Amino acid sequence: MRRNWMKWSLWVVAVVVLSLPVASWAQLTTQDIAARDNMEAHVGNLTGHANSGQAKYDYRRYCVGCHGDLGDGNGEVAQWLDPPMWPKPRDFQLGIFKCRSTPTGTLPTDQDLYDAISRGFDRSAMPIWNVFTKQQRVDLVAFVKHFSPRFVSEKPGTPIQIPPEPEVTADRVKNGREIFARVQCWKCHGVTGQANGPSASTLQDDLGRPIAAFNFTEGARPKCGSTDQDIYRIFMTGLDGTPMPSFADNIKPDEAWDLVFYLRTLMAQPSKEKDIARQLGLKPVSPNP
Amino acid sequence: MRMPKQSRLCGISLCFHSALTTALVLIFLVLSGSQRANALPAFARKYGLRCSACHETWPILNNFGLKFRDNGYQIMNDHDAPIWQNPGYWPVTFRITPIWHRVSAVSDVDTYQNVGATLPFGTTALQRITTTGFDLSGLDFHTGGTLEKNISFYVLPSSDPTAAFHFETVMGRFDNLFGSPWLNIKMGRFELNNLLSEKRMVGLTGNGGIYQTYHFIPQADGNIFGQMGDNQLGMEYVGHSYDDRTRISAALLSSADGNVNLTFGNAYSGFFTFDQGVDMGKLGVDRLGFYAFVGQASTYFRTSGGAPIAGSGLGNKGFSRVGFTGQFYFGPHFDVNVVTQHGNDNAWFGQGYGNAIATDGNGGVTCTGPQLTPGCPPNNTPGTVLPAGAQAPIWNGVTVESRYVYSPQLIFIAVYEAERMSQQANGAGCATSLACFGTNGTYTNGQSTSNLGNINNYDFIIRYNPFMTNRAGMALQSEFNIFHQIGTGATSPITGVNTNLNSSELLLGLDFDF
Ligand code: HEC
Ligand code: HEC
Repeated sequence: MRRNWMKWSLWVVAVVVLSLPVASWAQLTTQDIAARDNMEAHVGNLTGHANSGQAKYDYRRYCVGCHGDLGDGNGEVAQWLDPPMWPKPRDFQLGIFKCRSTPTGTLPTDQDLYDAISRGFDRSAMPIWNVFTKQQRVDLVAFVKHFSPRFVSEKPGTPIQIPPEPEVTADRVKNGREIFARVQCWKCHGVTGQANGPSASTLQDDLGRPIAAFNFTEGARPKCGSTDQDIYRIFMTGLDGTPMPSFADNIKPDEAWDLVFYLRTLMAQPSKEKDIARQLGLKPVSPNP
Repeated sequence: MRMPKQSRLCGISLCFHSALTTALVLIFLVLSGSQRANALPAFARKYGLRCSACHETWPILNNFGLKFRDNGYQIMNDHDAPIWQNPGYWPVTFRITPIWHRVSAVSDVDTYQNVGATLPFGTTALQRITTTGFDLSGLDFHTGGTLEKNISFYVLPSSDPTAAFHFETVMGRFDNLFGSPWLNIKMGRFELNNLLSEKRMVGLTGNGGIYQTYHFIPQADGNIFGQMGDNQLGMEYVGHSYDDRTRISAALLSSADGNVNLTFGNAYSGFFTFDQGVDMGKLGVDRLGFYAFVGQASTYFRTSGGAPIAGSGLGNKGFSRVGFTGQFYFGPHFDVNVVTQHGNDNAWFGQGYGNAIATDGNGGVTCTGPQLTPGCPPNNTPGTVLPAGAQAPIWNGVTVESRYVYSPQLIFIAVYEAERMSQQANGAGCATSLACFGTNGTYTNGQSTSNLGNINNYDFIIRYNPFMTNRAGMALQSEFNIFHQIGTGATSPITGVNTNLNSSELLLGLDFDF
């Protein structure tokens, strides 16, 4: 009798122990997530609460169809979105975000998430949510955060310092071109910025899904913002979860502005930089220097 | 086969409300004369959004849906290409509503008093008639979307319950001209830029399925051209800020109440709106605006053998409808929508001149016989003078629609409307209807009671969506309407005076669209 009991309890222990690693891989459950529903977000002088009725209500009304009840990006719509044309909805549980002011690998600030929600993601199904009140958006930021344990165990990164933007000069545009060649942006983006570099066709995101590099020449809006500062931030912090790396270690802060100016010459939108490039008769970089 | 997964959150509330579902088992609705715009599952499918993203409850738009519409049915993220990969996308939505319906109103009824006589009736009496039964709404085919980036269309063939079709909406739009959200133009037959949209209301009863304020016409007035609720023919400019907080529009319309084929004359009207949304923090985005509908319409027609010639309208006279609009959110669950109206018709309209041809905004033609055929409106032929004491009918109206959104799946709506005459077309008005004996609703220069035509309308709606996906929409709706109008009911056989109109309607409907 007693033996039997021992035998059973051994089995139970074995099963529990063996299942631990499996469980930790398995999806977060509702309870895990609910335990974090006191999550807050702070943007300006507003405080958002994941457990505010508003956040839950808005998430359910507007977001759940794509991002899913558990924030895992598995809403009923996800199956219809086929990368690379249409990226899958973000899995909030991973706590990995594309648009950050913070160094690669770190968590975004609340402001970053707020901006992403307000801006929407061009070339994806993610709409622009700027019709919401500021409070609604801050509440949603808290709600997005509460899906990931990372926001409990880690602090957001410190936003990178961006030096004041210098005057655009021909020298700076030319130097930007040098950097574009040197750090090999063209490998993915192509020498003319048309997203047709030698690596372009094989790119995958961290979850193994095909992903397209940004095509500068079509007039598309970058996902993480279109201002000069935004573009500076994009390649100095990287788009985490994608092959688009951070170049903070390869490009000096001041030089980074030169690269921003050069990228403007590739873009469809008219700009001072484009005029300069035309005057200089600037040629695309050469893939084989 | 890939089946969309049912959302768990919805699932929970599905269980929660299943009792309610059972309670709402019979649904129905009705088919009011006016046609309805809808949620377009076609759009939801195209963008992968649930109905609830754009609709407070479909078809009522929320701020996000309003912005989508203002952008020319574009979400502004490259899914705006006319067709994208998903083979499940087909830009057509249909909507129809089977209903169970109970209608009750008083009529002047023939009484069967003498069974043996040739005519089985002799005298009449006022009696309330109540009818119940299963019924059907008309069928709407909505198709809309982009032809090209920033060029969009909307075509809505719509039928009555017997499947007689007409074009309710047909328009082409050019959006974001020169890259600016402030420059959008549309042309065709479309709904005016009413912040509180009648085409998107969920009300389905005869009097609850339209906004009285949008259709109010004083008794015996011949001006059908100022009905803001009817889709109109014309061109419209719309502009809005990037976040849609500020919206402005100006439309040039044919004064034809949406009737095709140049039925009336060379008269135009304008419809102007402005509204501003304000971030009210925890309350939501609240809007305040105004509108002005000002124009002219013809009051007489050239005739042939005494019958008015379509398209020959002359003698343009003016009219106006102006008011405020407000949309006040009190947090996510409760909002109140208000439209006021100050209406004014030229005295000629007040005497019944104006529409001598069509009965309504949907092309129904009644008076093709010689003028002064009984029942036909008068024709203001040269030499006609206004009767003494004739004056411009003036009135004020208000519509208040409050909504309690328990969840995106369950909504309670209460509508109250009041229309009040402040100046009757005939004289100063007299105190009681007996003092104006025999004059109600006629075209002569008798006096009217000062309150003739006043309306109180109450509508109560419970609407429940048993499921929510981005594929299709279904709602169970129950609605109760009470309508009350002074002096437009059946004529009393005893006093000869028009009684007040009191009617009620109950509907249980199954509203679905795909
Ligand atoms: C129609 C589908 C859809 C809906 C609805 C939707 N999203 Fe997204 N969302 C996406 C997709 C797809 C992405 C990923 C885009 C990409 O990677 O380019 C995304 C990404 C995000 C991100 C990631 C930002 C980053 O920097 O990586 C956030 C945050 C987000 N969504 C929040 C929301 C919120 C909040 C709502 C509701 C108000 C919402 N989304 C509604 C599809 C949707
Ligand atoms: C290993 C391939 C790779 C290299 C090298 C690379 N990129 Fe990218 N880049 C990508 C991919 C993939 C994306 C698209 C990410 C997305 O849409 O989520 C991207 C996107 C971008 C964007 C648009 C981001 C947005 O918000 O939409 C910019 C700007 C950009 N890259 C600049 C650069 C610059 C500058 C360099 C060189 C300093 C560079 N990239 C090097 C792969 C690369």
